[in-house]
Amino acid sequence: MEIKVTVNGKKFTSDVEPRTLLVHYIREVLNLTGTNVGCDTSSCGACSLHLDGEAVKSCTVLAVQADGANITTIEGMAAADGTLHPMQQAFMENHGLQCGFCTPGMVMAATSLLEENPNPTEEEVRIGLEGNLCRCTGYHNIIKAVMAAAGK
Amino acid sequence: MIPAAFDYVRASSTAEAISLIGQHGSDAKFIAGGHSLLPMMKLRLAQPAVLVDISRISDLSYIKDAGDHIAIGAMTRHMDVEKSPVLAQHVPLLAHAAGHVGDPQVRHRGTIGGSIAHADPASDLPATTLALGATYVVQGPNGTREIAASDFYKSFLESDLAEDEMLTEIRVPKMNGAGWSFHKFNRRAQDWAIVGVAAWRGANGSGVGLVNMGQTPILASSVSAALAGGASIADAAALAVADAQPSADNNATVEYRTHLAKVLVRRALEQASA
Ligand SMILES: Cc1cc2nc3c(=O)[nH]c(=O)nc-3n(C[C@H](O)[C@H](O)[C@H](O)COP(=O)(O)OP(=O)(O)OC[C@H]3O[C@@H](n4cnc5c(N)ncnc54)[C@H](O)[C@@H]3O)c2cc1C
Ligand code: FES
Ligand code: FES
Repeated sequence: MEIKVTVNGKKFTSDVEPRTLLVHYIREVLNLTGTNVGCDTSSCGACSLHLDGEAVKSCTVLAVQADGANITTIEGMAAADGTLHPMQQAFMENHGLQCGFCTPGMVMAATSLLEENPNPTEEEVRIGLEGNLCRCTGYHNIIKAVMAAAGK
Repeated sequence: MIPAAFDYVRASSTAEAISLIGQHGSDAKFIAGGHSLLPMMKLRLAQPAVLVDISRISDLSYIKDAGDHIAIGAMTRHMDVEKSPVLAQHVPLLAHAAGHVGDPQVRHRGTIGGSIAHADPASDLPATTLALGATYVVQGPNGTREIAASDFYKSFLESDLAEDEMLTEIRVPKMNGAGWSFHKFNRRAQDWAIVGVAAWRGANGSGVGLVNMGQTPILASSVSAALAGGASIADAAALAVADAQPSADNNATVEYRTHLAKVLVRRALEQASA
């Protein structure tokens, strides 16, 4: 089936099998491998990206369901000149990552969270990121980074 | 994990969706948010031959004040139920419960209609709408019918919906200021409840719904009957499992679930009565 999507500002038209998962389309057809597959069971959030501005788990969305959508992946977060998105910058400055595997998903979930709640408490950040697992950091510095990006 | 191959068709109206599902027969399934169906298809626990995508039927995504009740379109996402000012005012228990479904990413995709149609006893919104005395509106090839939530759930993942019927609207009576409480006991963030309780208590009675306490979501009618008969909260809560059939799983034994349900129902009623 033919789908048309806009990914990180670029338009793509592709022919996909209906069973193609959005994350596989993004990684294997568009070669945007920043979006990771961790659990493949909708639990870990490593595959989070923005579908029409909201974080979703792309391992649990069909590419055909995203037809017509505006998608942003981690590759689309930095400015064209390479300047990091404030959330990426905050993760870097606050040591919000170690191995980095969960980081693209964390950044996408965290920016979606601030979009919906620009002024969160620490508790709201913890609850807001409950769909994202990190095996390295113990979360502490991730929360610090999101609070910093929220200007706190 | 990749689902088995299937054909995909998209419906732009309820009538079209019902005609498409009728055309493709019992191997076809509706897909709304896909957040129960796709995980099952990836595990090959479900292998529909055809998916009829109903998520773009935009006139089924709404939350309306309809006088004595609030009407919610089946395609309304959990996030929109959670954030709805109309529900916050008139049915705060439902808005609150929707905010406890999974995590934000799940709530951006999953729909209230999908959750109810899926009829999972471990899901939050079936038991919550049951406690609230909701009515479900379904449409099929021969027109529409209304089903009381208390008549809807038949057995594990089985409801009164026929294969060619679609759930279109959820009607939830206004709570009119009744007290309420929602408890979801689980060990890990984003998880389903080991036991959950949705309860309200007001001038015209009470309602207690139990999550994950049987093959279907459970309406603890014995608890409400005891309260109506003048029983204390403690005595009423002791009847928490009178209408339930808890089973054991990796998380809990039957004894543990039973104990938990009684404690959570007592706490919920205390909060709802405060
Ligand atoms: C990681 C994760 C965590 C979750 N945690 C929770 C939780 O804590 N609590 C909870 O309650 N739920 C939880 N869920 C489930 C989530 O709420 C689902 O969104 C919901 O159960 C199903 O809604 P859906 O729109 O995604 O339905 P779908 O998956 O699209 O459909 C589910 C079933 O219902 C049928 N169907 C869908 N819509 C209709 C309709 N309008 N008429 C007739 N049939 C229909 C489909 O054919 C399918 O059989 C979780 C899901 C995930 C992936
Ligand atoms: S890979 Fe999608 S949630 Fe883990
Ligand atoms: S930094 Fe390694 S999983 Fe989060």
